[in-house]
Formats: sequence, structure tokens, C-alpha cells
Amino acid sequence: MTIDLAIIGAGPAGMAAAIEAADLGLSVAVIDENPAPGGQVFRGVERAGGDPALGADYAEGLALARAFRAAPIAWHPATTLWHLDPEEGYLSLDGAPDLSARRVLLATGAQERPVPILGWTLPGVMTAGAAQILLKTAGVVPAGRTVLAGQGPLLPLLAAQYRRAGAPPALILETTPRGRRRAALAALAAGGLWAGRHLLWKGLGLLAETRAIPRRRGVTGLRAEGRNRVERVVWEGGSAACDTLLLHEGVIPATHIPMALGLEMSWDAAQRCWRPVTDAYGASSHPNVAVAGDGAGIGGWEAAVAAGHLAALDAAQRLGRLSAEERDRRARPWLALRRRALALRPFLDALYAPAPASIPDATIACRCEEVTAGQVRAAARLGATGPNQMKAYLRCGMGPCQGRLCGPTVAALIAEARGTTEAAVGLYRPRAPYKPITVGTLARL
Amino acid sequence: MRDESFDAIVVGGGLVGAAIAWGLQRQGLAAVLLDEGDVAFRASRGNFGLVWVQSKGLGAPWYQRWTRASAGAWPGLAAELAERTGAEIGLAQPGGVHLCLGEAEFEERASRMARMQAEAGNAGFDYRMIGAAELREMLPGLGPAVTGASWTPYDGHANPLRLLHALHRAFVAAGGAYVPEAKVTEGEAAPHDFAVLAGGRRFVAPRIVLAAGLGNAALAPLFGLSAPVRPQRGQVLVTERAAELLPMPVTTIRQTQEGSLMMGDSMEEVGFDLRQKPEVMREIARRAVLSFPWIGRLNLVRAWSALRVMAPDGLPIYDQSARYPGAFTANCHSGVTLAGAHAHLLAPMIAAGALDPALDPFTAGRFDVRAAS
Amino acid sequence: MFALRPEVPATVEVFVDGAPVRVPEGASAAAAVLLAGAAAIRETPISGAPRLPYCMMGACFDCLAEIDGVANRQACLVPAAPGMRIARQRGARVAFEA
Repeated sequence: MTIDLAIIGAGPAGMAAAIEAADLGLSVAVIDENPAPGGQVFRGVERAGGDPALGADYAEGLALARAFRAAPIAWHPATTLWHLDPEEGYLSLDGAPDLSARRVLLATGAQERPVPILGWTLPGVMTAGAAQILLKTAGVVPAGRTVLAGQGPLLPLLAAQYRRAGAPPALILETTPRGRRRAALAALAAGGLWAGRHLLWKGLGLLAETRAIPRRRGVTGLRAEGRNRVERVVWEGGSAACDTLLLHEGVIPATHIPMALGLEMSWDAAQRCWRPVTDAYGASSHPNVAVAGDGAGIGGWEAAVAAGHLAALDAAQRLGRLSAEERDRRARPWLALRRRALALRPFLDALYAPAPASIPDATIACRCEEVTAGQVRAAARLGATGPNQMKAYLRCGMGPCQGRLCGPTVAALIAEARGTTEAAVGLYRPRAPYKPITVGTLARL
Repeated sequence: MRDESFDAIVVGGGLVGAAIAWGLQRQGLAAVLLDEGDVAFRASRGNFGLVWVQSKGLGAPWYQRWTRASAGAWPGLAAELAERTGAEIGLAQPGGVHLCLGEAEFEERASRMARMQAEAGNAGFDYRMIGAAELREMLPGLGPAVTGASWTPYDGHANPLRLLHALHRAFVAAGGAYVPEAKVTEGEAAPHDFAVLAGGRRFVAPRIVLAAGLGNAALAPLFGLSAPVRPQRGQVLVTERAAELLPMPVTTIRQTQEGSLMMGDSMEEVGFDLRQKPEVMREIARRAVLSFPWIGRLNLVRAWSALRVMAPDGLPIYDQSARYPGAFTANCHSGVTLAGAHAHLLAPMIAAGALDPALDPFTAGRFDVRAAS
Repeated sequence: MFALRPEVPATVEVFVDGAPVRVPEGASAAAAVLLAGAAAIRETPISGAPRLPYCMMGACFDCLAEIDGVANRQACLVPAAPGMRIARQRGARVAFEA
């Protein structure tokens, strides 16, 4: 049996698309590798949606998850897509029987930008997103001295959530370069202030809520130190004892599957990341594949919800269930919602643009294969002009994470060593399986 | 544009070109190695990593001899690369086995190996057919479907990517010029006088070696040569690292230096199509699990497809231009196995200016003869 | 170093390196390892360096652990279940023992 629409990922975009598509009469299947819907932003929302520590924004995910559960769709949790043949519309799955679909929507979201500092592989160092997932899914908070380091909207949010949960961090180290605020405010003045006022208000509220937490601004030279776990965080001109170091430098689209499919990609200079090229409805360069949500460019959950609806409307139109006029008519409120949700984005991009990396040679770039920045630089000077030849030379990107964690770092190091840009250097070209599967699973296909 | 002058131009920075370039530099020639960029049809990045003798050259004993000679040259190559770069290429030549599933495969293999031995004549061909019971003593956890194997002492394996990296490093350390992002777009030929345009630069030399894999088909005619090669797709599966288990490589399964189990060698005639096919991957996995059921528990972390460089008869093509002396071409699908021969046997011939008569059967002219007869 | 918020009920008992630990429903095996205070969830197969979960969202594979006897599972994607046994992944897995 061939279904109309297969959706990969049950975060805001995937859930919204499924609800809309089912409402339009499409036969829909949704897969996600997690056991419950929500994606990362609404991870565990069915369990913890009412938790005051997590805040009102998070609670909004509960209604979405409930509507998703109620929608007449086939839901396959704990299921991994390991190969997609977009021409045939054939999805090879681990955890559920394979699927055939007329159209495929990738709603695979974002991942945190890797923060390659000395000592970032030490136990006790993790991402701020990881720590927030622990809070959402299990009510787990760090004990002892917690330091948040980096930049981006997640840091004040997490600090506020920890404070409400009775576990405020001991210190916040902001890596936003000094003087950035002025440029960002100029971007804000250029537009977006009114449309983005509710988001700005939320952000200011979080800053006020966490004012009592000690913080250092304009931090550089960040590193984690310790023997078998992090004991100390050190920066240019200071250091502090630390039991848990939570790193964050913003989020970037998960490009693994789009790259494996060979979708056309573009370099987003403002967000310093790659994103698949899509139209207003999320249609990609492949006629059978769309991308919606943060996976098509970072915009946050409200923009992702709008993008999910838009992608579903477009699927219905392409499958002959809606006229183009009707699709466009129904799209208007979602396009307006997305515009509002993205209004503050230029300000955030300008404020939190990652500082140019100066990664010490001894830093581990590839956590899986333990390849250092120095090795990458040397191989780039020898003649590896891109990440794929680098992978052949050094094995970076060959471990179980398949380059998800080292890709951006390796590309940045090559660009630096060869005096070119990340846009020119390119990305790893991932192959199937998109996530590891056992040989036995494959053999029994 | 300024001419950049060398003793030899090698076109193609994969295993074949890099081994020859290293061999030339080792002979004291100043060579330039022209390579493509990050994304190209690179058979060298898809190689399975066997240094394999036992299946090579049925009906073509000269290929068997050449392959054996290469396996013999390999330890010297690995040692000199280790000495010059510190790279551990993971060469192991403990002998290797070809597993048979079912009685029919065993019988067929036995008759093939007997013919190989007969064809080898005075050169000899040492092999044994090993029954299931003895094989179970040699290899851990064999499946019940395995009926036996052929074994030869000549076989082994190495890490093809470390080999590639080490060849590039040794070549550059010895003064060679490695130029990536330099796909050859134009060529000019006269006897002992060649020029190519590549990556916006112009290189000139009295010798040129075409080792551009599938790219040779288009390049060869510019230099009075012929390289009728076609792509043949192969898919490979690789597991996570596991503690060392397999004491020797098997034709389609080997445990790498890092501990990964590698499975492969589909042969698909699909043209320039690099897509992976789940049904082919399944068949590779199925045979691997029949051979060693415990492989089924391992996580597959990577898989890929790559295009072999295939001549019409599946044998290498080595040739020199009659019209433009000084122009050579090397084409083959076994870039790891033949690396020893390319660096230590072929490169000295090219440095000296002519291929040895022992390589006559490998000329592309063999295809003209067949067409004419 | 992690702790459970006092108002969250820990109803699922699992074993981390043999020691019992109670975690809330919805917690992953990786969360259980962190709550247990384990020094590492795995030792890398390259240098043997200790690691603990890093991304908790299925991307980094630093949370590979042996769960109920199955090696190298992504602990952040496996929900904790009563009686589950989670053990440190010590370097490269053993694929076969005669």
C-alpha cells in the first residue's frame, strides 16, 4: 500500500503537518526515533507539559501533542529511517515495516552547533540542550556547581528553568563578543521590533529572572579541565570550579538526510550553517521531498508549526486534493504566523552569530574517532580541500555519529587552513544507513 | 600563464596515481600529482582494502604473476611509508580464504583453484581446499551454511585510506608537488613533451602518466592512448569497531585494523550511478550473516557505493603511447592489491622510459585484436 | 552530578553497573546513568577515554552503553524499563565468544 505523505520527525513541524494533512484527507504516516512525540523543543511534553518550572511556552506544546495523538494517522515511534529512495518513494525503516509514500516531508529539526573546546569530551561536560532534555523528560537537574557557557536564547531560558526548579547555575559565561549588542539593536531597529515584540518581551523576562546569577560577558578562550571529569572551567583571565559545564552556541539544521539525498543546499551566512533550499511551502529541489521546520533553517517552534501546515497544504495540492488557489488561500494565516515568528530572527542572528573560532590544535574535533584540530589543519595543508577527502585521510566523521558532531568543525578548520570559506569547503556527503542499524536487521529486510 | 615544469606529470591522485607518483619521486624524478577536488568519482575512497591474489587471473596467468609480484612488493612499500611518514598502514598478509556456502560453491571453487594452479606452470600456485571441520578451527563462529573454503598463503589486507594518505604524505615529503582541485581540462602531446591545463595552471613534462581512473577513457586519446574503461558499481558495508576476532581476511569479509567488520563486493553494471540499493545491501548482509552469524549483532555504522574502473575483460590496462613516447596509462580496479607493483615495479619502468615486455599482455591493443578477429 | 527534583516520583528501578537506581517514568537509560552518578557510560574504543552522555538527542553517540546485554546501544533513545540492566561500554564490543 502506498500512503500519501510520510513525515520524518514528530516535532512541531512534523506534528503540525500530520494534523493538517490528515484533516485534508491524506493518508499519513509519521515516524520518529523517540518514544513520544514532541521533538526536542517539546520533548516529554505529555509528561511535563504542566510543569511551572518549564514555563508557558513549553506548555503550548501539550495542545499540539494532544491534537497529534487524536489525528487519524499511522504513528511509528522509536523508528529510524535508514534509507530513502525518493524516486520510488520507498522508506527503509528500523522499528516499523518499510513504507511507500507519494510524498515525503523531512521534519528532522535541528541539532546544537558543536562547541569544540579543549576538554569538551570530559564527563561532566554536555550541551545545554542535553541538560534541558534531562529536565523535561525526567525532572533531572544538575547537582553541585553548574556553569552555563556560550550564547543563544537557550541559555537564559535554561538558567531560568533551573532557578525555578531550585537548582540555579553558579555562573553564566557569555561568549557573545563585546559590542555585539549595538549591531544587533541596529538590526532590530531596521525592522522586526513591533512584530517580534512578544518574543523580545519573553527574552527580557528571562534575563530579568536570571539577573541574580553571576555572569561574565565577552568570554574567550573557554576550556574545560579535569582529570577524569570536569573539575574547572577556564577562560581568558579567569577560572571557576565546576561540576557540570553546559555548552551552547545555538542550533543548526540537521542536514544529514537532505545531504544524503543530494538535495540542493545553501550556506546561510547569517546563521553560519547549511540549509536545504526550499520554497515558501517547504518544497525542496527534489520533486517528491519537502523540508519543514528548523531542518530547513532555524526559526523556532512557532515558525516550524506554520511551516508544517504549509508543507501539508502543498502536499495536498500536489496530490490533487486541493487546487493551487485553495492551497494559497488556506496558507495565508500560516504565512502570517511565520512572518511574526521570524520577525526577531535577524536580531537574534546578529546578536548570537558564532564568534570566529580559534580552536587550539589539541582540541578534539571528531569525538568518535578522536581526531584533533591540529591533525585536520595538517591534512588540509597537505591537500584535503574538503571534508570528504579529510574523512578519507583521518577517519573523522567515520564513527557512529557519522559526522554529525564534527562536520561543521572540520569544514571550518579546512576553511581556516586553506584561506577559504566554509561555503566553498562544503559538507560531508552522508550515505545510508542514516543511523546505524544492525547487520541482522538489514539481512532480514 | 607560466609553465610549471616537472620530470613527470601524473594525472589522478587516487591509489594508482599516488603509488606511481611516489614510485617516480622515489626514483629521483620530480613529479607533479594532479588530483580532483573533494567530490569526485573516487574508487580509492571506496576500496575494500584487500591485498588479494587467489582470485586473480584465471585464464590470464600474466595477471596472476603481476598480482603475486605486487603482494611480494607490498611489505617493502608499507615499511618505507611507515619510515617516512610514521603512518601505520595495517598491512597483514596472513593468507586468506574464500568461503563457500553450500556444496555446489565448494566444488566450483575447487575446480577453479585447480585450473589456476595448472595455468601457473613453473611459477607455482600454492593453495588448499579446506573442509568445514578444519575451517571451524581456523575461523571463529562460522555458520552452518559454510561448507569449506579455498586458502592461499599470498593473501592479505591493508587500510586503503591510510595508504592513500601515506602515499600523498611520502610523495610531498620527498619533494613531490601534490595539487588538488586540478582536474585536467586540456592536454597537448608531442614525443617526450607534454603539457596539461589543470586548475587554472599549466604543467609541462617529458613524461605523463594517466591514472585518472574512469577519467582515463576521455584523456587517453589526447595522448595517443586508449583506455576503454567503464564504471562498475560496488557497495560496501562497515560495522562499528569490535574486538579482534578474524585472524585473516575472507574474500568478501574482513576485519579492519580498527576492528570494524567490512563486507562487500557487489558488481553492478549501472553506469555512472552512485546510488545505494537496499536490496543489494541486504544480499551482502545476508551472505555475511550466513558466513558468520555473530556479525548480525553488530551495528552497521557506514555503507557506501563506489565505481570500479573496469576494462572490458576485467584485467588492468597498462600502456605506452607509440605515437607520443613518454605517455603512459595505468587502469585497474585493484588499487590496493597492485599498489606494491605500481610503486616498485611500474614506476621504475616509466622512469626508465619504457614498459617491460612482461606487461605486453596488458596493452589496450588487446581489445583491437579481438575486434579484428 | 545530577539529582532528581524532589517533587518528581521515581517509580522505575533499573541497574546501572549492577547497582539499583530509581528513575521517573519517561527517563532514558542515559538519564539513569547520570542519576546513578556513574563516572562514565562508555570508554572509547580508541583511547579508552571515559565519556558520559553529551547531546541526549540521538546525534552524538557518546551515550553508547550495554543495555540488557546488547552492546553499543544509544542510551539516550532507550526508555528506562523496570529491571533494565545498563552497563558501561568498555571500548570495542566483543562480537563473539567461543
